[in-house]
Amino acid sequence: MPAPKTANKSKPLKSSVKSNSKEVNSKGLPLPKNILLNMHDLMVKSRVLEERLIKIYRTGESYFWIGGPGEEAWGVPLGMLAYKGQGLEHDFFHLHYRCTPTLIALGMDMKDSIRLMMNRVTDPSTGGRNFSNHYCFPKWNVAPVTSPIEVQYGIALGTAHAQKRHGGKGISIVSGGDAGTAEGDFATCLVWSSRKGNELPLLITVQNNRWGISTSFDGQHGETNIADRARAFNIRARVINGNDPIESYLAIQEEMEYIRKTGKPSFIEAKVSRLYGHSSASGANFITSEVDSLKNFEALLMKNKLISESQIKEVWQKYEEEGVKATEEARKEATPTSESIWDHIYYGNENADWRKF
Amino acid sequence: MANMAQAIRLALHYGEKHLDVKDVFGQDVGAPLGGVFTATQGLSTSWNAPLDERGIINMAMGIAMAGDRCVAEIQFCDYIFNTIDLLKIAGNTLWCTNGQYNLPMVVMTPVGAGIRGSVYHSHSFDAWASRLQGWKVVMPSTPLDAYGLLLAAIKDPNPVLFLKPKALMREKGEELIPGEPADEKELKAMIDAPIGDRSKWKAKWPELSEYIVPIGKGKITRSGEQVTVVSYGRHLLLCNKVADELKQEGYSVEVIDLRSIYPYDWQMIKTSVAKTGKLLVVNEDTEVTNFGEHLVYRAVEELFYQLLARPRVIAGKNVPGIGLHPNLEDATVPQLFEIKQAIVEMIHEAP
Repeated sequence: MPAPKTANKSKPLKSSVKSNSKEVNSKGLPLPKNILLNMHDLMVKSRVLEERLIKIYRTGESYFWIGGPGEEAWGVPLGMLAYKGQGLEHDFFHLHYRCTPTLIALGMDMKDSIRLMMNRVTDPSTGGRNFSNHYCFPKWNVAPVTSPIEVQYGIALGTAHAQKRHGGKGISIVSGGDAGTAEGDFATCLVWSSRKGNELPLLITVQNNRWGISTSFDGQHGETNIADRARAFNIRARVINGNDPIESYLAIQEEMEYIRKTGKPSFIEAKVSRLYGHSSASGANFITSEVDSLKNFEALLMKNKLISESQIKEVWQKYEEEGVKATEEARKEATPTSESIWDHIYYGNENADWRKF
Repeated sequence: MANMAQAIRLALHYGEKHLDVKDVFGQDVGAPLGGVFTATQGLSTSWNAPLDERGIINMAMGIAMAGDRCVAEIQFCDYIFNTIDLLKIAGNTLWCTNGQYNLPMVVMTPVGAGIRGSVYHSHSFDAWASRLQGWKVVMPSTPLDAYGLLLAAIKDPNPVLFLKPKALMREKGEELIPGEPADEKELKAMIDAPIGDRSKWKAKWPELSEYIVPIGKGKITRSGEQVTVVSYGRHLLLCNKVADELKQEGYSVEVIDLRSIYPYDWQMIKTSVAKTGKLLVVNEDTEVTNFGEHLVYRAVEELFYQLLARPRVIAGKNVPGIGLHPNLEDATVPQLFEIKQAIVEMIHEAP
């Protein structure tokens, strides 16, 4: 699917909810209809994809699932608003393993996620070497997702540093979970990005689902909001309802504009849901007590007569069919060969096998 | 002749002038100090990092990911251990991404004992480093090799760990670095920061030339027939000294400076051991799962029927640290007399 028109270097909407309200053509909602429907389309696509990945796990065609169903209202706007592309002029993404919505918004083909899930050699992110949702797309500056949580908060400093030196409008974006903020790299990110005179163009985000695997937020945190920790470093910070795609969109847009204009970091803590638990290790069953941002958003769109129920069903059906087709195709694709374990240890496939030194 | 600290400084200057190095950073790396061993004085791209080793490695990885070249320093390898998972990730990023993201970055860090550095300024890291797949690991024993290996490291498209034997930082070489003034006082006046106020001081760099020591290539520093001694870094110089002493006593010892720990020059070792039939590996990292054990294992596997004596490793004692008192340090890291004794024993050992 091509990237949404709102991505890339298309002119962002003017900042703040108030100024946007002048552009309303969506019956009282602060975003234009085309953006709202585009967001919905991408959110559905991401949800369908994640649920398909879980089905692939359940049918025994994959070893493990971990992903981000429930974070669509946050992740989709993030991908839509970024300067998408490769190189310092574009935004760098340092994501974690719940960021399928962002990748979908950037334009990732469902099949490429399924290839990763099924460890196909055609998997463009890892060549069949890593878990689901461990994406890597250099063509969009998507840095490799790692299983060790939170290291991305530190690595993002380096791309932001290079972007600051370069002097363009590209920024670095980092995301992670609430529990991971206990790791030292989170503190590293706050310290290094906010040094006086050396502030970095970095959008620091935390998706707070109030869980760390099986441990609740209250069992691990003394602070009221994680964003409060950023404020201690004089980093502009806010807490948003990440289950509301409109609030997410406007907040991300405003903070991105601030960073591009000032070259300084900004922090968003987005409160989100974890709809299928931590991973397949915890069952990957739908958690009915969590807020479903997609269902709420659909209700809002229908209430404002921007889309009908039948049209919504068509969107779901379209992506269900795309997911099934992609799975059937990926199933037929080759798996990595045994001898490929020696590939890409050193750049250019220089020998790294000591037996051949 | 330049000492090793000056040689590293010259290499970094060459790197920022000719090899597109944009950042040389770490704790106290920038002005006014220019590194605790003065190896980064006067550079135009050097800057001081927060006292955060993980942040330093993180930053280097991100800079490399963005396509820029950098050299990062961990002030002493004793403090690199809390970055080990980042080093793992830096080494496996190319592999995990199926060849999509390479990280051309250099991390340099002083290693080893020999300066009475006590428990946390005396660690070695070569054995640990040899388990960081995807990295190249080098360790010079002379200023010229330090210059040549560091330039090779900067040019390499992979992450390279440049281990600096801290006890050799003030050791002078026997060969000029290409472009180095022959008069060492002249060099000092050009590139050593003055004592006191340095706020207006700028280095006057000599016109340097490129000199590359290929990563993975060792060097025979003493030719001999009776035993092969493989070492690197500080202990390479001890091995040379022992070989010279034993030569006066009528023995013939071949010494190999491995220079690269990974990838390593097995062909040089193999050729030498095929000639001498005897292999001794010397380094100061702790003795259990020491890198030298891998070389001995390989010698047994591939050269068993050519061996005329048990291959051996002389390494640091397997104790938690290097104690400060000389009695403690000297009992922990290999000493000259131990190396000499082992060589003589091996020469006299008959199958």
